[in-house]
Amino acid sequence: MEKNINVTLKIWRQASPKVKGEFISYKMDNVPTDSSFLEMLDVLNERLLKERKEPVEFDHDCREGICGMCSLYINGHPHGKDGGTTTCQLHMRRFSNGETIVIEPFRSAAFPVIKDLRVDRSAFDKIIQSGGYVSVNTGGAQDGNAIPISKIDADEAMDAASCIGCGACVATCKNGSAMLFVAAKVSQLSLLPQGKVERAARAKAMVSKMDELGFGNCTNTGSCEAECPKSISISHIARLNREYLNAKFTD
Amino acid sequence: MWLIDSSIGRKLIMSITGVFLVLFLIFHGTMNFVVLFSADAYNAIAAFLGANWYALVGTKMLAIGFVVHIIYAIYLSYQNKKARGAVGYNVTSSQKSVEWTSQNMLVLGVIVVGFMVLHLIQFWSKMQWVELSHKMGLETSGDLALATDGAYWVKHYFENPIYSILYIVWLVALWLHLTHGIWSAMQTLGTSSNIWLPRIKVISNVLSTVIILLFISIPVYFLLGFNI
Repeated sequence: MEKNINVTLKIWRQASPKVKGEFISYKMDNVPTDSSFLEMLDVLNERLLKERKEPVEFDHDCREGICGMCSLYINGHPHGKDGGTTTCQLHMRRFSNGETIVIEPFRSAAFPVIKDLRVDRSAFDKIIQSGGYVSVNTGGAQDGNAIPISKIDADEAMDAASCIGCGACVATCKNGSAMLFVAAKVSQLSLLPQGKVERAARAKAMVSKMDELGFGNCTNTGSCEAECPKSISISHIARLNREYLNAKFTD
Repeated sequence: MWLIDSSIGRKLIMSITGVFLVLFLIFHGTMNFVVLFSADAYNAIAAFLGANWYALVGTKMLAIGFVVHIIYAIYLSYQNKKARGAVGYNVTSSQKSVEWTSQNMLVLGVIVVGFMVLHLIQFWSKMQWVELSHKMGLETSGDLALATDGAYWVKHYFENPIYSILYIVWLVALWLHLTHGIWSAMQTLGTSSNIWLPRIKVISNVLSTVIILLFISIPVYFLLGFNI
């Protein structure tokens, strides 16, 4: 049922990476509950532009939960408090009239703030570049069942591959660890025949890149899994540990 | 050296030393439990261990295990704090599935070490240390006759309810540390999967509870007014 609500936004504003940021409050009146969270921010930015003020910068792209570009730490949760969804899938009906909504950028030493709510998540790209691929072109699709893959492995690989690389795991982790992201990428490839060949080198390269970029050490709190918009399981982290330890012990 | 330079290597050391210390706790707890049934049997174990060479080798390995576990804990915590970044969140929240213990392992560890110092002063320095210094011909104020009389020292301290309560506080902190620590070690060693993750958590809870019950039975026994 559509209705309109009034909310107060407390948004982190920071002009550039080096300067000190601060929270600024904005009153939003008559926000339709059918609008999405990002549409509500669009309305705010329209208003700021009309008032000849700097609009709030935030990342977004596909707005249908598959690109991994949107971020935002909303009321203490990356992508808002709903489980299994991204910020762009969050709607204003999840908030109540008169509520104050605190919006912060994803924070971590490895994700420096670029401006306002935008952070530099290129560290993830660097990790992928270090080994998150299959080096050889494996050609067109095989005939069905030419290479048997167990249903369990196929499902696990598919679950891991649903990682959109948004960085919510790092943002919520008290250790700023990127293990869930790296684990998903390593799992997705090492479970399938194309990726299996390079599994040892990949696990070593990606973990060492992750450490080099200043991500923290996983202490198995599981908050990444709880906040992941794709609900990726920490059992993939166990697989990454296994892959990495196997690779190191066979050296 | 990847055991120092890589995050998973460091975690491997944490889990291996942790598992080693859990094995020690199983032994120590089982041994302690004997005192409730027979002070003589307990003293026999104490005398069998004493300052004999195998007990000394065991003690040294144990000390190394503790020190490595603690040094790595401090190093990992320092790195993790740094990785979190200089600016914190204004609003933080907790998730239902995240155990409180998993986020407070260092705090629990500090409590455990703090009480361990008390424990070493109360028991180790009166028993193995006295026997060892005597063997080495050092002057000690300790009574050699009491060095293997473990039951005497148990009685001596736990008859005072304050010490019994302090030990219970210590053991509760250790219990919380273990409930996360055991499954976390298994996860780091890569023995976990979708099927085994919930199983490992149950095993972790059961094992840590059994260990702590073995230990805590003694101060509770004394608090209830029984004596050995």
